[in-house]
Amino acid sequence: MRLTPLTVFASLYLLVLYAPIVLLPLFAFNDGTVIAFPLQGFTTQWFAALLDTPALHQATLNSLVIAVSTSVFATILGLFAARAATRYSFPAKAGVVGFIMLPLVLPEVIVAISLLIVLMQLGLDSGTWSIIAGHTLICTPFAIAILQGSFSNMDRSLEEAAVDLGETPWSTFRLITLPLVTPGIIASLLICFTISLDEFIIAFFLSGNEPTLPVYLWGQLRFPARLPVVMALGTILVILSVLLLVLAETFRRRGLKRAGLKDTGGFL
Amino acid sequence: MSVYGKVMRSEAGKGLTLISPTLVYALLLLAAPLISIVLLSFWTQQFLTIQRDFTIANYAEALTDPLYRELMLRSLRISGMVTMVTVVLAFPVAYFISFHVRPDRKSLWLFLITIPFWTSYLIRVFLWRVILAYDGPVNSGLIATGMIDEPLSWILYNANSVVITLAHAFAPFAILPIFVSLEKIDRSLLEAARDLGESKAMTFLRVTLPLAMPGVLAAVLIVFIPTVGDYVTPRLVGGSGGTMIANMIYAQIFDLNDRPMGATLAVLAMMVVAMVLLWGVSRLRFWLWLVDRAGGGAKGIGAAIGAALAEILVLRALFSLGPALLGPGVAVIVLLLLATAGSVLILMRVPKGRWGI
Repeated sequence: MRLTPLTVFASLYLLVLYAPIVLLPLFAFNDGTVIAFPLQGFTTQWFAALLDTPALHQATLNSLVIAVSTSVFATILGLFAARAATRYSFPAKAGVVGFIMLPLVLPEVIVAISLLIVLMQLGLDSGTWSIIAGHTLICTPFAIAILQGSFSNMDRSLEEAAVDLGETPWSTFRLITLPLVTPGIIASLLICFTISLDEFIIAFFLSGNEPTLPVYLWGQLRFPARLPVVMALGTILVILSVLLLVLAETFRRRGLKRAGLKDTGGFL
Repeated sequence: MSVYGKVMRSEAGKGLTLISPTLVYALLLLAAPLISIVLLSFWTQQFLTIQRDFTIANYAEALTDPLYRELMLRSLRISGMVTMVTVVLAFPVAYFISFHVRPDRKSLWLFLITIPFWTSYLIRVFLWRVILAYDGPVNSGLIATGMIDEPLSWILYNANSVVITLAHAFAPFAILPIFVSLEKIDRSLLEAARDLGESKAMTFLRVTLPLAMPGVLAAVLIVFIPTVGDYVTPRLVGGSGGTMIANMIYAQIFDLNDRPMGATLAVLAMMVVAMVLLWGVSRLRFWLWLVDRAGGGAKGIGAAIGAALAEILVLRALFSLGPALLGPGVAVIVLLLLATAGSVLILMRVPKGRWGI
């Protein structure tokens, strides 16, 4: 790569993009209660403090339950929609798919408020189940985007051949289609899990007295003394997210290879 | 075979059946709640009971109260700035990845750009507060190098810090659509332009840029719409001068316990965003059409700038005169409707030009 102004700009851009994440571990291992420079020294006490915070463990458990349920529901709903959108043409297709994809651009505040108001008017208590419902709504478009990629990369003649050789539509789907889109399904599960784990606004509006991990974090940001612990928790979350993403990307690429295609880009 | 059976076995029937679970879910959890906040916005709340008489009192209050108006305008202003900064900075990066990075390295670059987006949003925003703080790395770095004597005060707890933080958070959203549209450009078109004697700069302006425009437009939409409704960033880095409409919506529902007013502000925010985008897209198409009609060059650009200035002056005059003639609430509604009608008319009558807008 030659050193042109464009190369320099792109590298600087990448550097600024990563600036906040690079600072995170610096403060997580910093032996001082104030989140500021200069750094004081090395310590792992903030990570140790994470271990004896029961409220944090409960919030983590809530988040995991929500993220796992969301990723499963959103991927199932995404499978239906992605299969329908790539395989069939039907009336008002653009409108129907566009409507399902709407949460991708709608401000999350609007989604959160409208769900909350419906719950309030119906006299229902919000809680874990309502966060799962809301997260499934906003994750489904991401699942569809990923799965649409896998379905449209698939060679349709493989399915036709299976039907010609006497397989039923269901066994064709199970034996031919499903194995070919499995990498896409796994990528979708991982991405939806990551989104749900990190989602704040909907959880904040609907959590009631069962906070998720981001809602718990939000509460801690008010107490300056708790900030180093928050940094330690953030470091763990960032490492976890990056690991999940690398995994999702690996599966996505494997899917492309299986379909015999060249890689053209990332998610979205 | 019954009619029902025929429909179910047709291509359309199969497709609709297959997509119906997802569609029903979206209808129940998105359409129904959206409709109910619209309904609620026409009701009022007295203490804890909801008055179910149809009234536009909430809208009248939301449109005339200077506080709501200021918050709405500020949200639009901040989002507009964020969109501009994000798209202008993202374009060269997308261009670099599409035109200068080796094909087998492209997905690595895209992956690197999307990673920060997937890490905890709360923590990223909070870290900007640390970065921009009085004793943060930006200020201490600038002081250490002797570029400034005292900490910069214009980058923390105000609208500027909200713009910086949001522009950072939405960077990948702008890069990806622009990258996709740049990738679609047939490279032989660029060679043809060069062979026919265009300079490098003119080839970019007359071939690459118009063909990349749909991606730029997608980037604008995908950044502008969600940022108008952002709650976390104004709360964490905005201070009192950076408060936005989402914070007010939250306060109405949770602190002031006025759900209908919260619903009204949410509905208004969505409507205003839609109108602003409609206005922007239609005017952009109109101005580009004018440029081409006038034969391009300085003359065409002059015509477009003239039209833009004329319209903005007329709108400003109407905004300052209208309230006196019609009353403040009615004037805003009439003006918004007029502007929207104009936008729809332009989009229907003026054809999509070579810029693809």
